[in-house]
This record gives sequence, structure tokens and C-alpha cells, in this order.
Amino acid sequence: MMPADPTRGRFERALRSGRPVVTCEIGSPDGADPADVRKRAKLVRDYVDAVNVPDNTGGVVHAAPLAACAILVQEGIDPILHMTCRDRNRMALQSDLLGAALLGIRNILCLTGDHMIHGDQPETKPVYDIDSVILLEVANHLTREGKYVSGREIDPPPDLFPGCAAEPFAPPYAYRPLRLKKKVEAGARFVQTQIVFNVERFAEYMGRVHDLGVDKQVPILAGVAPIRSVKAATFMRDEVPGMEVPDALVRRMAQAGDDKKKREAEGIAICVEIFEDLRKIPGIAGFHIMPINWESAVAKISREAHLQPALGSAKTSPDEGKAAVPQEPQPQAPSAPPASVPLNS
Amino acid sequence: METKEHVPAMLEPIGQVLRRHPKVNLQLNRALAPFENSAKVLLFSCNMCGQCLLHENGYTCLMNCPKQVRNGPCGGVRMNGHCEVKPEMECIWLKAERRSRRFPGRYLFLRIHAPLDWRRKGSSAILNAVAGWPGNGKE
Repeated sequence: MMPADPTRGRFERALRSGRPVVTCEIGSPDGADPADVRKRAKLVRDYVDAVNVPDNTGGVVHAAPLAACAILVQEGIDPILHMTCRDRNRMALQSDLLGAALLGIRNILCLTGDHMIHGDQPETKPVYDIDSVILLEVANHLTREGKYVSGREIDPPPDLFPGCAAEPFAPPYAYRPLRLKKKVEAGARFVQTQIVFNVERFAEYMGRVHDLGVDKQVPILAGVAPIRSVKAATFMRDEVPGMEVPDALVRRMAQAGDDKKKREAEGIAICVEIFEDLRKIPGIAGFHIMPINWESAVAKISREAHLQPALGSAKTSPDEGKAAVPQEPQPQAPSAPPASVPLNS
Repeated sequence: METKEHVPAMLEPIGQVLRRHPKVNLQLNRALAPFENSAKVLLFSCNMCGQCLLHENGYTCLMNCPKQVRNGPCGGVRMNGHCEVKPEMECIWLKAERRSRRFPGRYLFLRIHAPLDWRRKGSSAILNAVAGWPGNGKE
């Protein structure tokens, strides 16, 4: 039933491998040139297991991530499609989930979505028919029951791998781990967190998550991002709700000065230090790099932080290469266990 | 994804009667909705969604959330606990989380809440809970 496509399910296989997984985000283009997506993908593909494409981040319109993800599939990369409830009601979401499955996209990051008030068209009508937790339930319903929410049959059902985001840096801090648990109960199969700058707060959060046993149920990927300039750092600290940038980091970026080479090197150095700190926190299954339109930094970060994709690089995977040689004449069997087996347990 | 109402068993006979007479149910709902809703608007800044969760959320109307998340809070809460969309308003989820601890329905706060049924908007939530709601075609 599963098409013989080595890209398909690569992310899930990576998560099951037990090795730390690396994912990264590329910006969706502001232009009608598919080569733009390919160019961005080329910059990161060798360093990650899967690539995220965000859905109109910050309420600013970009090309549909569904299209960008379809191009990534053509390029042999397993994409993670962000799907937000901001612009679509439950009908459109179900039809997009199935549409994604048709295009060979199965990893769906279910989000409520940034409000358009911070975007360039704040006068837009917000939809928010359902929220991220219900979207997870819907994606699971389509996959496991083989039915729409209405009960109508889907034949064959899509093979979706829904995941969710986690936000440790916004109040109410005590309740956040419980909400993550709710998302896992709703059917999240992987978790990608907000960008970690305040490692102490994150360690505290992960402690609570560990106490709840959530890190045993699903793999949690810690979000990391390089800071490009002091302007970017202050913007993230002051203007982006839910992001916590300690003043010490802003000061370090200010000290690095205005010289592009110097400040970028400092930003990457900070990022690498955060990786070091994160590795000491138990319960993390990997990392999610969010370079925010700075895709070329991923290679450098990956080298300096000694990151390695769990299944080797996307293009020339040593593991898969070995496995593929004897299997060549047969249609490739899906190596992932059945979808109902819980991860890491 | 179905909505489950928590209705005392003693009200079940009334519900049965109302379901048997959908026309009466509808009229009664129309008559009662303005009273119930205006009281709730005054007391809890109710948004009249017709499928009340007040008792599960420490008597805080979550539909005041600009994103109308029924399983919040979203990731856009500011450091001071205020809403990203309305900076002058405290995040309604923070308020609900705090207040839910004082009420016995805290365990209900932690469950996954079903999404809104938009057909019920503006109707009487209490009557909807007792009778099932008119016109949903299931009764």
C-alpha cells in the first residue's frame, strides 16, 4: 500500500533509530520560482533528517507550504508540513491533510497559528474554527479510522504522522507541560519546541515533562536558532510573544558589533553553546534548527556543533545506501513498524 | 470529537420530553436564551456560544480568547501574562487556569474540549445540555 519511495517515512524511521534526529526549517518563498525552494533545500538537505516549511509565519503571506513541501518530496527530502488553523476551517483542514497525503507528504506539524494582528494584513478575518489539539485529533482520526470527522469513508486512508509544537517560555509555566500532555493524548507523534535561548527555563520544563512521562511517549526535538544581529535579538525579545531571549545574549550580540562577519560568527557561537547545554538535558530526542531565512548557517552550525542526521545525510545516506543494495530488485518494504506502536517504549 | 454534556440524571426525564417535542424545545430555547445569555454576559463576559464550558474553566469564558482556542493557551502569551492580540487584556487561559484550581471541576479543565458547533451559537446552553439541542438531526 505504501509507495516504494525511500523519502516516505524517513523522518519517522529517523525518530525510531534511537539516534539524535536533526530537522530544520526553510522559509516558504515569496516568488513563483520553484528553483527558490530547491536552492534553499540544497543548502540544508545534507545536514538534516527532515525539513519543515512554515505556514504564513507571523501572519505574513508567503507561498503555500503544501506546494513547497511537494517540491521537497520531488527532491527526495522528507518534508514536515506546518498546518495552522488560522486561515482554514475544519473542512479545509481535512481536505488539505488528504491533499498533502496525495502529494506524498505525511509529516504534519499541527499548529493553532500566529495571529494576523502582527502580520502585514491585520484587517483579515481570523478563522480559528478548531485549535491545534483538535487538529491533531482530526489528523489521527483520518489516519486511524480511515474516515472524515463526519464519518464518511476515506479509501485508502492517508498515512499521516502528526506532530505538535511545545511552548516552554510563555506563562502559565506550570500548566505548559500539562498542555503538552493533552497534545500527546490527542495524537501528537513528535514534538518540536519553540526556540530555546533560556536553557535554564527549558531544563525546568523538561523536568516537568519527564515527571509526566511525556518524553517517553513521544520524541521531543528542542528548537534552536542562530541570532544574526543585535537587532534580530532585541526584536525577538521585545516583539515576539512566547520567545524569551535573555539580556545576556542581547549584550553579547551588541558587543560583537556591526561587522557582518563578526556578528554572524558570534550568533553561531551562541547557538553552538546552546547545543552543548541542551545535550546535558535528559529527554531530548534531537534538535530542530530554525535559521529564519538564513539557511546557509545550517551547514556551519551542523559542523561546529557536531550534529549528524540520524539516518545520515539526505542525499548520500550511508545507512540507507547499505540497506538499499541487497534490496534493489525487490520493491522496498517499509522499514517502519506499524503506526500504532508507540515510539521509544 | 463528540461533545459530552455533564447533566444531572434527575433532569433526564425533562430532556426526554423535550426531545419528543422538538417544536416546544425550540420555542423554549428561543424564549430562555436571552435571559440565560444576558445573565452570563453580565457575570462572566459570556460569548453565547451555546455550549457552555464555564463550569469546567473556573467560570471564565474562554471564547473571549481572540483565537477562540478551546484547548489553550496558545504560544502567544506575553511575559506579563497578557494576550498577544490584545495587549491590554490578561490571557483568558491564564485566568481560567488559576480560577479552575478553586473549583471542583479542575479535572474537566484538563480534558480535551470538543470544538464549537457553530449552529448552536446564541442558543441556550443549559437547555441544549438538558435536551440535546434542537435541529442537530440526531434525536
